Amino acid sequence: MAEFFEMGGYAAYIWPAYGVAAGVIVGLFIWSWRGLAKAQRAEAALGPRERRRTPKIERA
Amino acid sequence: MTLPCLLAGLYLGLVESPIDYQQKDTVRIMYVHVPAAWMAMFGYSTLAIASAIALIWKHPLADLAGKAAAPIGAGFTVIALATGSLWGKPTWGTWWVWDARLTSVVVLLFLYLGYMALWNAFEQPQRAARAAAVLALVGIVNLPIIKFSVDWWNTLHQPASISRIGTPAIDPAMLTPLLLMGIAYLGLFLLMLLLRMRVELAERRVLALQLARSRAGETV
Repeated sequence: MAEFFEMGGYAAYIWPAYGVAAGVIVGLFIWSWRGLAKAQRAEAALGPRERRRTPKIERA
Repeated sequence: MTLPCLLAGLYLGLVESPIDYQQKDTVRIMYVHVPAAWMAMFGYSTLAIASAIALIWKHPLADLAGKAAAPIGAGFTVIALATGSLWGKPTWGTWWVWDARLTSVVVLLFLYLGYMALWNAFEQPQRAARAAAVLALVGIVNLPIIKFSVDWWNTLHQPASISRIGTPAIDPAMLTPLLLMGIAYLGLFLLMLLLRMRVELAERRVLALQLARSRAGETV
């Protein structure tokens, strides 16, 4: 097992490479999920009140 | 689909795959590096096609698709550059060289960043979309430069091993995990693209609601 993690002496290069790849991908997902939740909250806060008083907007 | 490919690709790549007789274990970096570079270019193609559709047919979803693809493509470009650097140090003896392949990929990253910056630079989304789409289309000349940079110029970067017609210059024991990782990355890209399009759509709805509300406030 230890041998596996040593990667023939190249552990210092290989694991950071896998770490960067995983980190960027997971980071993009988390950022997007948060953005979606935030937008949905904002929409919910605006939505229902708006529907009641959406008047026909007439040209002034 | 994505997850099994990812797990199988990781297992085969990290455990089963033989070590390269020149590069030893560092060759395992290939399985996260090469598919990231594919996705960096695939992402830009998506961005450019979406921009073309947006400019020609003015389809509103096309703008959003481009806007959604940009940060994902930029992310994969960062992965390709960082893992390439970590691969270059033990094999080439340097983290970085300003050769054709590496430089053209840095240009790709700046195209992504410029595209995203243009989206944020305008008050009106329509104008921002137009400017960003034009940049995306101009930047597409960079894609063939990246692809053929290893053939056109002398570079430290090795030429393509997969796309040689008929006979890939790579052993099946390495090719299988590489292709599995490629499919997994593609799946991750598409999942992220759908997710980001949902974010962009939701944000646009919020903007529209806010606008409708402020207009209603003015007229009432």
